[in-house]
Amino acid sequence: MSAHAENSHGTMSQLMIGFVFAVVLTVIPFWLVMAEVDMNPVTLVGIIVGLGAVQIIVHLVYFLHVTRESENGWTFAATAFAVVILVIVLAGSLWVMHNMNANMMPMPDMGNMSEVQGITGAQDAMDAMNHGTADH
Amino acid sequence: MATEGATQPAETFSPIFGRLTLDWIPYHEPILVATFAGVALGGLIFLALMTYFKAWGPLWTNWVTSIDHKKIGIMYMVLGFVMMVRGFADALMMRAQQALAAGGAEGYLPPHHFDQVFTAHGVIMIFFVAMPFVTGIMNYVMPMQIGARDVAFPFLNNFSFWMTVAGALLINISLFIGEFARVGWLAFPPLSGPSFSTGPGMDYYLWALQIAGIGTTLSGINLVATIFKMRARGMKLFDMPVFTWTALCTNVLIVAAFPVLTATLALLTMDRYLGTHFFTNDLGGNAMMYVNLIWIWGHPEVYILILPIFGVFSEIVATFSGKPLFGYKTMVWATACIMVLSFVVWLHHFFTMGSGANVNTFFGITTMIIAVPTGVKIFNWLFTMYNGRVRFELPMLWVIGSIVTFTIGGMTGVLLAVPPVDFQLHNSLFLIAHFHNVIIGGVVFGVYAAVAYWWPKAFGFKLHDGWGKASFWFWFVGFYFAFMPLYALGLIGATRRVASYSDPAWQPYFITAAFGALLIAAGIACTFICFGYSIYKRKSLAVGNDPWDARTLEWATQSPPQYYNFPQEITVHGRDEFWEMKRRGFTFSTLYTPIHMPKYTGMGAIISAVCLVFGFAMVWYMWWLAIITFLAAIGLGIAHTFNYNRDYYVPTDEIAEIEGKGASV
Repeated sequence: MSAHAENSHGTMSQLMIGFVFAVVLTVIPFWLVMAEVDMNPVTLVGIIVGLGAVQIIVHLVYFLHVTRESENGWTFAATAFAVVILVIVLAGSLWVMHNMNANMMPMPDMGNMSEVQGITGAQDAMDAMNHGTADH
Repeated sequence: MATEGATQPAETFSPIFGRLTLDWIPYHEPILVATFAGVALGGLIFLALMTYFKAWGPLWTNWVTSIDHKKIGIMYMVLGFVMMVRGFADALMMRAQQALAAGGAEGYLPPHHFDQVFTAHGVIMIFFVAMPFVTGIMNYVMPMQIGARDVAFPFLNNFSFWMTVAGALLINISLFIGEFARVGWLAFPPLSGPSFSTGPGMDYYLWALQIAGIGTTLSGINLVATIFKMRARGMKLFDMPVFTWTALCTNVLIVAAFPVLTATLALLTMDRYLGTHFFTNDLGGNAMMYVNLIWIWGHPEVYILILPIFGVFSEIVATFSGKPLFGYKTMVWATACIMVLSFVVWLHHFFTMGSGANVNTFFGITTMIIAVPTGVKIFNWLFTMYNGRVRFELPMLWVIGSIVTFTIGGMTGVLLAVPPVDFQLHNSLFLIAHFHNVIIGGVVFGVYAAVAYWWPKAFGFKLHDGWGKASFWFWFVGFYFAFMPLYALGLIGATRRVASYSDPAWQPYFITAAFGALLIAAGIACTFICFGYSIYKRKSLAVGNDPWDARTLEWATQSPPQYYNFPQEITVHGRDEFWEMKRRGFTFSTLYTPIHMPKYTGMGAIISAVCLVFGFAMVWYMWWLAIITFLAAIGLGIAHTFNYNRDYYVPTDEIAEIEGKGASV
């Protein structure tokens, strides 16, 4: 079985490169939020999540030494499997939940439930539904 | 719930006992008092016998502290059988209630009690019966099949087991202190949220599953590492027995899926304890997200249960047909396909929740596709038997009964994969009949097959044939009596989880099902009689090291195996290594080298006991106790890492002496 000597713990320069990457990738989103940069919120969230994803890769490569060679490729295979499952779970959940959201009657605010019981309230709910479908 | 206020004691809080008051002891429920009296009496007799035979010391030193994968495997099986009795008692109560409660009759169980019973039945049967069974079999058999002396992390293995026991104990405590959840086995919010489940029952559910879940996840990591790192010299992945392959895929699934369960339950716990709104109706929460997440774990979970059993069938069919397994590589690839595909079918559990046609069609088709690799396996077993000299011994009987039953259940599953059909049958007893058909027909029968097959390996004597066969026939016939009526009931509109129903025309079906449950009860009784009688007659039932003329490495050593498994390291040359060894006339040489072994430790059981108290404290809001036990568990875990006195070498003269008494092969 593979000996312990095979598992490198990285050189100092590798660790430092990883550290610098990690710092940069952490500072940018913090700055974006704390400086209240004027930006479309969807773009802002997109940038933060994207940088987070890059951060994960940096950690995997520089700190956990996931390369195609380590442990005869098993580390890479395991990581690839984890990524596949993650993508399935995340993309699948987003798709399922979005689809459900688009297909269901919008829930009126629970506080207004009594109002919705009446005919005018029902009309409002219908309007809200039409509005909701027009959005998508 | 409308009945909530009427049945629960008032909510009070004291700094010492949290919300636990004497009112939470259900001494006003005659069924529970009788059960408690029975359990207490049985417990006292057990304690007295243990003390009389001075068995406490040996129990602690030989079993509780054991890090031997074989003993841990056996303890998992014991846990599974004990909890099966508990879960089956719940099943009998439900069958009796539904056989009585027709045409407006109320039966003997009040609705809030009935709701606890079906929740406990589901939770116990999946988490504390089926899971310990498959984990136990993998624990016992897999390391020996790959020629290893133990698992990769022996202490972790012991810890995993005792965490599972702690979860099981917490559920059983809920029977007599407080109540259990009334939410169904997956506890969908908002019913399971803070506004609709106010008592401690739902919290028992959460903490029991979280504590047991730690054990399951760690055991998954452990066994994956074992298969990758501990295989005998020369054993390539495609030399591994099929059971080891299925164990590998199962444990990869555990590692990938159980964190989803842990995270989902943690979010629900935060909703209940901290007032967050992940799964509430308002303030941005979405209860449907819980359903989505829990089934992302839940579907892989059913394959976690069945894949190892497919491995068991493969070993038994090949052995009792006297042939190599037909289509080894297709078997491996079918297992791998199922492993990945099991992650893309979860929505079929909630076709009716409101997704559009695109989504339902996608998941309907993936569900039908996953039946293909499963079908491949069934044909592989059939072709293995074809032209073989099939011996109808007890394990083979279970396997054939299982293949027949599982195939019927699988086909009703494909039927349910069609979304429009599912809209008719969702939440009906048809669904209940379907999944019992695959879980009993597949997992339970498979576990029985495995027990019958590997019993001589573990103890050195066979199970008594007559009682074993009686157990099989009662289970097999009882299953059809118990669940075929449920298919019919589902088709005529009976839904699951009803304590009473108005249509008296359903009653004959429910009475038939109850009769089936009684047959299964006889089957379970025969099982225990079989175990007891076989142990009593162990001298005359004793067999050699290889009673079945088997093909894989676990049979190459003594039965029962010594704690070091093999007196020497084995070099593997190909598939079905033991079969080849027998052909070559292999014997172990007597030139022994010292064997490196891990030492026993009680720390796993101690930390788990602390975690059990922690769970109990969290359920009852005893914050001081929760803080102390949480810190204690962490502290003990860290302290154990400083225990450097973990391993030793077995000297060669000790090996020679042991091997001299009963040589391997």
